[in-house]
This record gives sequence, C-alpha cells and structure tokens, in this order.
Amino acid sequence: MSGRLTFTRPARLAAIAPYLWMLLFFLVPFGFVLKISLSQTAIAQPPYLPVFDLSQGLSAIQAAVAQLSPDNFKLLISDNLYVLSYLRSLAVAAVSTSILLAIGYPIAYAMARLPPQWRALAMMLVIIPFWTSFLIRIYAWINILQHDGILNKLLLALHLVSAPVVWLSTDSAMYLGMVYSYLPFMILPLYATLAKLDPALLEAAADLGASPLRAFWLVTFPLSLPGIAAGVLLCFIPIVGEFVIPDLLAGSNSLMIGQTLWLEFFTNKDWPVASAAAVVLLLLLLLPLALYDRLQRRQLEQAR
Amino acid sequence: MKARAVNTLSRFNLVSLALGFAFLYVPIVILVMYSFNASRLVTVWGGWSLRWYGEFFHDQAMLEATLMSFRVAATSATIATLLGTLAALALSRGENFQGRTLFSGMLYAPLVMPEVITGLSLLLLFVAINAERGFWTVTIAHTTLTMCFVAVVVQSRLSSLDRTLEEAAMDLGCAPARAFVAVTLPLILPAIAAGWMLAFTLSLDDLVIASFTTGPGSATLPIRIYSEVRLGVKPEINAICTVMIGLIAVMIVIASLVSKLSSARDENVAPL
Repeated sequence: MSGRLTFTRPARLAAIAPYLWMLLFFLVPFGFVLKISLSQTAIAQPPYLPVFDLSQGLSAIQAAVAQLSPDNFKLLISDNLYVLSYLRSLAVAAVSTSILLAIGYPIAYAMARLPPQWRALAMMLVIIPFWTSFLIRIYAWINILQHDGILNKLLLALHLVSAPVVWLSTDSAMYLGMVYSYLPFMILPLYATLAKLDPALLEAAADLGASPLRAFWLVTFPLSLPGIAAGVLLCFIPIVGEFVIPDLLAGSNSLMIGQTLWLEFFTNKDWPVASAAAVVLLLLLLLPLALYDRLQRRQLEQAR
Repeated sequence: MKARAVNTLSRFNLVSLALGFAFLYVPIVILVMYSFNASRLVTVWGGWSLRWYGEFFHDQAMLEATLMSFRVAATSATIATLLGTLAALALSRGENFQGRTLFSGMLYAPLVMPEVITGLSLLLLFVAINAERGFWTVTIAHTTLTMCFVAVVVQSRLSSLDRTLEEAAMDLGCAPARAFVAVTLPLILPAIAAGWMLAFTLSLDDLVIASFTTGPGSATLPIRIYSEVRLGVKPEINAICTVMIGLIAVMIVIASLVSKLSSARDENVAPL
C-alpha cells in the first residue's frame, strides 16, 4: 500500500510531457478543424479566409464571430453527394464489421482452444499482418484480382468461368479488402476474452446436461460479449473513415466519406468544406467513440 | 479427462484455423513470389530473377523516399517511446490525478480515429502556426499517433507486473525513483523495446497522415508507392513491398525473442 502512495507524485510528473503533447497535437487541432469548417473558401494560400485575429482584441473577436458561417455545413446537407457518401460509409462499415465478426469469431474461438504451446505461434501469425502495411496488403490483392491476375487464371483453368471476371473496382473487392485488412483487429480482442474463459464453466454446463451448442450459446457467447464489443468498435470506427481501401479497390461511382474528404482537400483544394466533412464524420462517430472509451476505461480499471 | 474433452479441437475449429491463416497469408506469399519473377508482365511467370530488386536500388526517387521514411520512423518512434512510456506509467501508477479521464481518452482515441481526421486536423494546426511542412511535421504527426500504441503496450506490461516487487524494494529502503530504476524499469524494458518497434513500423507504413502533413519534395515511401499503385501493378513495387515485409518480419521475430527472454527471466524472479 505504501508503494502506491509514494508513487503518486512521480506518476503525476510523468503525465506532464505526454499530456501537453496530446493537448497540443491531438485536441487543439480539432479546434482548428472546427474553426476552418466555419470559414469561407478563398482562392489563396492557405485556401480559406482567416476567422480570428486575436491581435486586435475583443472587437476583432466580435467581428470574427459575426463572420462565422454555417454555409459549408448547409452545403453538406443539401448536396446529395455528401449525404450519400455518409450513408454509404456507415453501411459499408456495418456490413464489413458483420462479416468480420462472422469470420473472426470461429478463428479466435479455435485459437483459444489450441494447446497452450501452440497459442503463442497462432497469436504471432495474427499479429504479423497487423504490423504489415495496409497499403502493401491491399496491393497484394490488386495483384490477385486484376484482369489477368491469378484468380481469373485459376477460374479459367478450372473452367468455372468462360471469360475473365472483372473483380477490381467493384464493391466485392472493397469488402474483401476491408475484411482482409481488419481481420486481426477483430480476432485479437475476441481471442483475449475467449482465452481467459474458465473451461470449468463449460464442464459444469456439460455435467448439467447441456449440449455443446447450448453450452456455447448460454455460457461462452455471453461471456465473450466484451471481446465482441471491443472487436466491433475497433473495426467499425476506422472503417467509416477508411480511405485507402475504397480508393484502390472500389469503383469510383460511389464514394465513402474518407474519399470525399480527401478529394475536397487534395483535388478541389476546398479546405473549409473538407473540414466541415471531418466535423460531421466526427459527430457520426461520437457515440461509437464514447462506447469505445468506456470499454477501454473499464479494462484499465480492471488491470490496475 | 473431461477437461481434455472440452479443450480438444473439433473439425470445425481446425478448418476455421486453416482457412483463416490461409486467407491472411496466401496474398502475401503470392506478392513475395512475384517479386522474384523475371517477366515484365506481372502475371506471366518467367523464371526466378532479382532484376526488380536491382531496379529498386537504382531508382533515385524511391531511394530518397525510403531514406525519408526511415528517418521519420526512427525519430518519431524514439520520441513516441519516451512519451508513451511516461503516459503508461502515469496511467497505471498514478492514482486519480486531475484530468486523468481526459488524458486516457486522448491516448485511446487516436488508436481508432480515422486517419483522414487526424491528418487533416494536424495539417490545419501546422498551417495556422506557419510551420514549414516536411520532415518535422510528419515526424510530429507520427509521434502523436504512435505514442498511443506505445502507451498501450507498456501499460499492459505494467499492469501484469507483480507490484509487491516495487513495494518490497521500497520497504527495504529504496527511494521510489531508485525502486523504479532498479526494479520496474528492467522488467518493462522488453515492452518498451516492443513499443519502439511497433511505433517504427506504424510510421513506416502510414500513408494517409503523411500525405496530409508532408510538404513538397519530401514524399515518404508509402506516398511514392501509392502514386505508383494507382497507375497499376509494377514488378518493381512487388520487390519494394517484399523488402518492407522482410524488414517487418525481422522486427517481429526480434520483438518476440526479446519478450520470450524476459518472460524466462520473470520466472526466475517471481518466486523470489
């Protein structure tokens, strides 16, 4: 007990540097996003009209507040392009996350039942792709899916198709890329919960006459819910804002919001609209982010 | 007897494992294999060859981007490891200090925050303070992202540590700082090393945040690869990707060896 008390002050000191860093480079920048989302587009460098000029005191702030305009947000709501890309992002994330859960759960479940000496190897096999670049792993699929790629060659050789199938630039390719890229994010938290499960619970269920399937449904599944929640949030939140995967694998006729934001920023150089798009995206993610934060906090408290 | 019955793998379990790992690895294996393909056509097998590696090592722009990426990754990983370790210590050893909720929230949010948002917001900050965009802006951006991963890795190691060790050291008259250096630090060193390597590879891999925060003339390797990939598959890109995969594999093996060594040492320490 004495140890905990004496460590408190140094721990507080330890927090100072990372705290200031995150305030300056994570929290404060959101203020700039909000500010620029409310300013007018200008053909200049940087391409927006300044909103605040603090050097001129209070009157300047009042003048600046009067200049703030919700025009960019009105544009986002009135333009079908943006509304559709928000809806599409949410739908793609929901579908991808469901597929990920359906595929990831059996894998994590099997890993948790491996003999202990094999578990470390299985963990490593899941972690290696997690460390490997998204870009490289998507590129690997482009190799396979392209017009004269291996998949089409295989299908032709097996006489399953008579002409090469168009795989690239389709939604199927995009979902494949999403599932492939995010699978480790789904498996790892599921595995962590399932591996901690006490096998005695299943034995007890079996002794009481439950069939294995019923025991799974009544014991394993409910106890793995925290892992499911963690895996779902770890996949859903970043997928909503995903850029690389839809950009390289999906067709260009319907965009996800990450792509729309990227286009507004890099191609149209419309920073205020891109910022407004980021603000709306953040608002959409507020609820899942809050859930995720609660989950992390609970785990942190349990670990302490 | 019964315990074993519960723990045996059913056929369904084995099939899910086999299919799952095949799904994860077959595309990477194909990519690596085709990087050694002699043919210019990516899809025609023309025998084994190293010519695309030679091409990569003569591509000045690619080499410059590689150098830039390594400089950013090494610098940002080092700062991130320092800050992330401090953050982990504060989270797991500090009782409720003021602003702790905000602190942990800011550390966990970047792990899932869509990269387009992180990238855009940092860029707007850099423009607002008139920072010249290039090496340092990308490095700061990557540090901000990767220090959160370091904090998670180190914090999970700290929470699995037996705290009575520190307490014993202090009961024997060690000052807290000394107890930390003599007892805690050696025990979490493997996690700190693993955190550094994770931060390094995450920085090396990042495309989106780097695209927002870099300036003209300082493209990182993923930015270059991305602009090539958009134009289609090129055998040279397969070679570059294979080099990166090999590098990451080596780092993971080192990281797991380091943690294995340390857990072996733990077993000797624990009964003490």
